[in-house]
Amino acid sequence: MTTPEPLAAPAPLPRPPEPAALKAIGTTVRQPAANAGTGEVILDVTGLNAYFGAQHAVRQASIAFREREVTAIIGPSGCGKSTLLRCLNRMHETVPTARVTGRIEFHGQDLYGPGVNPIEVRRHIGMVFQRPTPFPTLNIRDNVAAGFRALPRHRRPARDEIDARVEEALRGAALWDEVKDRLKTGAIALSGGQQQRLCIARALANEPSVILLDEPTASLDPLSTQKIEELVYALRQRFTVIIVTHNMQQAARVSDRTAFMLNGELVEVSPTGKLFTTPSDPRTEAYVTGRFG
Amino acid sequence: MIWRKTVNVVMLALMWLAAAVVLLPLVLILVHLVREGASSINWDFFTKVQSAPGTTGGGMSNAIVGTLVLLLIASGIGLPVGIAAGIYLAENRTARLASAVRFLADVLNGVPSIVTGIFAWQVMVKPVGHFSAWAGGVALATMMIPLAARTTEEMIRTVPNSLREAALALGYSTWRTSLTIVVRTALPGIVTGALVALARVAGETAPLLFTALGNIFFTVDPNKVIAALPLNIYSFAISPYDDWHRLAWAASLVLIVLVLLISIAARYVVRPKFGKAVD
Repeated sequence: MTTPEPLAAPAPLPRPPEPAALKAIGTTVRQPAANAGTGEVILDVTGLNAYFGAQHAVRQASIAFREREVTAIIGPSGCGKSTLLRCLNRMHETVPTARVTGRIEFHGQDLYGPGVNPIEVRRHIGMVFQRPTPFPTLNIRDNVAAGFRALPRHRRPARDEIDARVEEALRGAALWDEVKDRLKTGAIALSGGQQQRLCIARALANEPSVILLDEPTASLDPLSTQKIEELVYALRQRFTVIIVTHNMQQAARVSDRTAFMLNGELVEVSPTGKLFTTPSDPRTEAYVTGRFG
Repeated sequence: MIWRKTVNVVMLALMWLAAAVVLLPLVLILVHLVREGASSINWDFFTKVQSAPGTTGGGMSNAIVGTLVLLLIASGIGLPVGIAAGIYLAENRTARLASAVRFLADVLNGVPSIVTGIFAWQVMVKPVGHFSAWAGGVALATMMIPLAARTTEEMIRTVPNSLREAALALGYSTWRTSLTIVVRTALPGIVTGALVALARVAGETAPLLFTALGNIFFTVDPNKVIAALPLNIYSFAISPYDDWHRLAWAASLVLIVLVLLISIAARYVVRPKFGKAVD
């Protein structure tokens, strides 16, 4: 295993002057990153349909995610945004009666092709959930190292290397300074926001190339939310981040591109600034200006 | 205002009374056992084999060790099977086989213990032609299996599904998620359930009557008939000798202390390692 470059500490969010058109949603949009829209396509979704039993949760969705970009998926509750996200690392199929059709290519390889092991997919495409889920029986260090325990013995790194990667992951999740003196204490003693950053560190330790965040701040207070948002901003220097959020301000703050979903349909995918200022679909405009949803 | 306070006091008193009524039998049993049996508990009681009928002295070492051997056999068979069944039930909640197993476990739980004894006699005693500790252990194990299975299932169900999803999303296989995350998280509860099942069968007499049979000699050989505390309490209590009656009280006291110790161990095990768990 090669040691990856250390992750940069999260920088405070730059706050550009507020464009007049954004007054409607009362927030600011971050300036697009210099490399926005130029990265290689890492995840290419074509004609994706997802079902729970007879319920058609995602309809004919097509979207491409580029390397080192943050894409936000917004939309009203029940629009299928979490389901779309869960199709990307094959978590959708872990629910009984769930079904997927269509094609998702990861670096050109079909994720749902024959012979593809969903376990490997999930190691490359990490995921963090709505509620923090530290493993209550493990201490902080072992929580972050949990991904290594899932590996077959011959692929498991040595103890020293695990320690190094735990530290690196915790630094990457901006948690190291808060927990470095109590790595052996239980993870559930941490605050909710710390627990969520621990879960992000746990996902980072697997060295994925894509990180899926499913409403990661829905259960957190504003201050913890801000820390997670700053973290998301920093993560895009190394990772492709896809974040599902209820919160349009959050989408505007952290993402390069935003996708709007409605009733299982992917209505519009645009650069974040454009989607919130000059959306091309009237339904998007109605949603971002608060006329429904 | 006065009325509300009065009602409050009366209701509180009634609740205290109800709690006292619940505790009273246990306290009375313990007090009675200590009064009748404590004087007969001495070094000989634990080290000496029971005496011949009509003679004085002797102890219960054969019965104490016999009970421990029986519990060991019963746990060795009953707990792995019961806990494995419980894990299966919890992890395959909706499978048709699971609902059948769950229903049968509940039925088995309700089978009178004497019937369990007859079953064990039929499969363990009749084919080999003699009573044995193995047969007694199998009878007790048969009682432990549904208890362990149902408590294990309940305990695993308390583990939030989000934990299972978190493990799957880290690249854990389904079975590894079940064993290293879900079962591990529920482990204190599972161990408690196992100990409760153990305490429950420790005092059983009926399933041992025609399996372990009882033995006036000391043995640890599971192929032989073996003594057990409940069996000895029964035979000593119905004997005509005062000395044996006292020994029966003492044996009852030792048995209940053994069960209490197991229960206290269960309470100790269930303590969470890192404080309260989430959810």
